[in-house]
Amino acid sequence: MLSWISVISAWSIPIMVAFIPLYAYTRKVPVYESFVEGAKDGFSTAIGIIPHLVGMMVAISVFRSSGALEFFVGWTGPFLQSLGVPGEILPLGLLRPLTGTGSLAYTTELIRAYGPDSMIGRIASTIQGSTDTTLYVLTVYFGAVGIRNGRYALKVGLFSDLVGFIAAIAVCLLVFG
Amino acid sequence: MINMIWMGMILIGFGFAAVNGNIDAVTKAVFDGAQTGVTVSFGLISILVFWLGMMRIAEDSGLLKKVAVMLGPVVRFLFPDVPKDHPAIGYILSNMSANLFGLGNAATPMGIKAMQELQKLNPDKDTATPAMCTLLALNTASITLIPTTLIAIRLNYESANPAEIVGTTLLATAIATAAAILADRWYRRRTIRRKQPSGIGAGRNPDMKG
Repeated sequence: MLSWISVISAWSIPIMVAFIPLYAYTRKVPVYESFVEGAKDGFSTAIGIIPHLVGMMVAISVFRSSGALEFFVGWTGPFLQSLGVPGEILPLGLLRPLTGTGSLAYTTELIRAYGPDSMIGRIASTIQGSTDTTLYVLTVYFGAVGIRNGRYALKVGLFSDLVGFIAAIAVCLLVFG
Repeated sequence: MINMIWMGMILIGFGFAAVNGNIDAVTKAVFDGAQTGVTVSFGLISILVFWLGMMRIAEDSGLLKKVAVMLGPVVRFLFPDVPKDHPAIGYILSNMSANLFGLGNAATPMGIKAMQELQKLNPDKDTATPAMCTLLALNTASITLIPTTLIAIRLNYESANPAEIVGTTLLATAIATAAAILADRWYRRRTIRRKQPSGIGAGRNPDMKG
């Protein structure tokens, strides 16, 4: 099963890159012109995201470097510990929805410090892999089309992060415990 | 809510730095954060330009429409208010399958393209439609079959079985995605229900904005 999935992962992009133009060519589409025409939008889309990402990254950066994040982490750690969950895991729950690079760095640090096959290493890997960075996804996707009012999207994203976090811990404790 | 979170992070950060006496960190963090924002956006240029070009070929050739028809039932369940053969469906599907195989840098351009197509159906360009919220929910939970980055890191630190977390990750991500879909459904229903009475009884509540 696993090798099957990794084969698909390795082959899917090359196959798409080869198959899409070939299919279009047989349908008499001017493939290169069509590519250039679509690619033109890429630059302006990326540039349009800049204000959204700068705003969000500044807020996250201030929150993190001021020591505020660390404080909340230290304050909630003992609570988790009393439930039989390693307290070191908690920062990941706070970092994961906010910053992809930050949480990946923290996960790597946990794996380095406790070992990949420790319970902490396994839980951290599972949490890191099971959800995406909500705030980043929201900023980029809504920023690209100029949506200002995201309605309930953020609440849904954060709720699923919380569920994913709890599920990752519970599943790991059950499977590896 | 996004306004509160954004301002809250800045103000709480400011407060902490002021009390801890490291206000310099805030200044540095502001410029570092701004730089990260620009760097990440610039990093998106190359993949966006390439994939949007590729996807245009797929669209022009009718391939996107074909895929949309094939996998229609799943998408119709998740996105009931998007017309059956709208190009958005094809992009949504490409986005979902790219996520599934952990192809993050292909998933983002397709998701953005799907958003742009959904925006064409949107009567109020500033406010997200329910379909947009569903697409976002699917992407924040991002169901993944194989967490390639994590396996690579574990391998790097000499794990005896780097792939042993594939099963736990799959289970956790499935639960998170199910939670996202359920929550999205719940909010969507609530929004629709709220809209109806405000339409009928609009006269009674002059202060309420639909």
